[in-house]
Amino acid sequence: MSADKLAPAHLPATSRRLDTNVLEPRWVRYTLIAVALVFLTLFLFVPLAAVFTEALRKGWGVYAEAIVDPDALSAIRLTLIAAAISVPLNLVFGVAAAWAIAKFEFRGKSILLTLIDLPFSISPVIAGLMYVLLFGASGWFGPWLEEHDIKILFAVPGIVLATVFITFPFVARELIPLMQQQGTEEEEAALVLGASGWSTFWRVTIPNIKWGLLYGVILCNARAMGEFGAVSVVSGHIRGETNTMPLHVEILYNEYNFTAAFAVASLLALLALVTLAIKSFIEWRLHQARSASLDAPH
Amino acid sequence: MTSLAMPGSTALAKPAKAPGRVIPGFGISLGFTLFYLALIVLIPLSAVFLKTSSMSWVDFWATVTSERVMASYRLSFGASLIAAAINVVFGGIVAWVLVRYQFPGKRFVDALVDLPFALPTAVAGIVLTALYAHNGWIGQYLADLGIKVAFTPLGVVVALTFIGLPFVVRTVQPVLEEAERELEEASASLGASSLQTFVRVVLPSITPALLTGFALAFARATGEYGSVIFIAGNLPMVSEITPLLIISKLEQYDYAGATAIAVVMLVFSFILLLAINLLQAWTRKRGGKS
Repeated sequence: MSADKLAPAHLPATSRRLDTNVLEPRWVRYTLIAVALVFLTLFLFVPLAAVFTEALRKGWGVYAEAIVDPDALSAIRLTLIAAAISVPLNLVFGVAAAWAIAKFEFRGKSILLTLIDLPFSISPVIAGLMYVLLFGASGWFGPWLEEHDIKILFAVPGIVLATVFITFPFVARELIPLMQQQGTEEEEAALVLGASGWSTFWRVTIPNIKWGLLYGVILCNARAMGEFGAVSVVSGHIRGETNTMPLHVEILYNEYNFTAAFAVASLLALLALVTLAIKSFIEWRLHQARSASLDAPH
Repeated sequence: MTSLAMPGSTALAKPAKAPGRVIPGFGISLGFTLFYLALIVLIPLSAVFLKTSSMSWVDFWATVTSERVMASYRLSFGASLIAAAINVVFGGIVAWVLVRYQFPGKRFVDALVDLPFALPTAVAGIVLTALYAHNGWIGQYLADLGIKVAFTPLGVVVALTFIGLPFVVRTVQPVLEEAERELEEASASLGASSLQTFVRVVLPSITPALLTGFALAFARATGEYGSVIFIAGNLPMVSEITPLLIISKLEQYDYAGATAIAVVMLVFSFILLLAINLLQAWTRKRGGKS
């Protein structure tokens, strides 16, 4: 409410400030905006529009047919399963890692931080290769797995493992700086007042980090559902069994079934758009919270 | 944070130690973190290095320097460098425009900059191929000019530019937002032209962020697979990227060969990771000084 009242007084001031602060001539400004928009149009907007145009090229009937195809449905199911397992695992890991790193001092913390980021700098193909070397027929655990008739490679567990690896840092990376910034005072106060460790975590820490947590989870989920390289190495490409949505897109595309490939791809593009929308919403909420706390002293 | 805590710790020695004891869960959270890290990342990663140790040096060297592999390094690293350089220039302009100017649809544009992070790489791959093929929306105009993009090394550059786009924008944006406009105003009021102000005042302050963005985009591009294989054409010696070579060796059950190339790429990524960490420390230092 108070922010609403303050806004009219602030707005003219800020817009005037912006005008006087732009030092460069008008033509420079317009040229730069034009260059930026042309670049983004060529590399972002046109590709995004093209996914949907290509998908609907032969009409809604063909589009729907491509999506309800049994192989497509099984790919969608597998993608959902892989994300449903890997996202919660990495969520728990992210919270644990952020708790240890943000709330305590210990030696080797910076090494630990680098190691957590490691999966981001490893090629997805190499991520897949690691699991082939571990669980493949001639791998470390291959013979043992074969004896006990457990299938990891070219089966669902391998796909889940590769996805877990690829999305490993997402939640931790969002939470660590956030929790470091928040410090330990609020938790200490709760504990001193007699709250148990668990209830402090649920009632103090979680409400404080909920937006950062959600942010990490949606990015983690987008990557989990969209991963291609790592999953491609370990999947074995068995149609209707070990194909995720991105792999199904590849198969359809390589069979020159472009419309169907783009139809399935458009679902993934929609997922990307929803992810970006939620991400912007969270950023807007955080911005609001921050400016509210800045306005409070007024 | 730390500077605030310091006076307390010198005055009252005991409470300063307390936080470690008051907050519970250190053992279990760190224990689980290390266990999970070892299980998911460290053990699998060590398998790659141990696998190569079964190879002799001569075999290893012959594999990773064979003609076809060398050609793939040239393409992967060359195209990644060009793509990252394109992103430094245009990503820098995009960041500048988003921070400094107002225009309709700015928030929508800002949100969509992250599209390459969110869009699955396979989708990016097929759509860029469709656009840049000789009969595609963009490719047909380029074909008239005699430029072929899809199924050539140029296509690899296009895909890698797409993949690396958000990195430079997102590292430069916060630095520009924090930058002190007063310095630029001072420079202008002292009679510097806007170009001089940009080169002497703005550019030095965003250089660490530009370099960090460049390194991040470059690192991501060298390992990229999904978006590239569709548009590259994958001709041996011409448009075959290094990650694809690893896959084709795996498909021929040449695990040792695939692993040897993977080790070269891993060592390279670790060096790059170190460089990025140093660059980020530099960015923070620059930011803290101003």
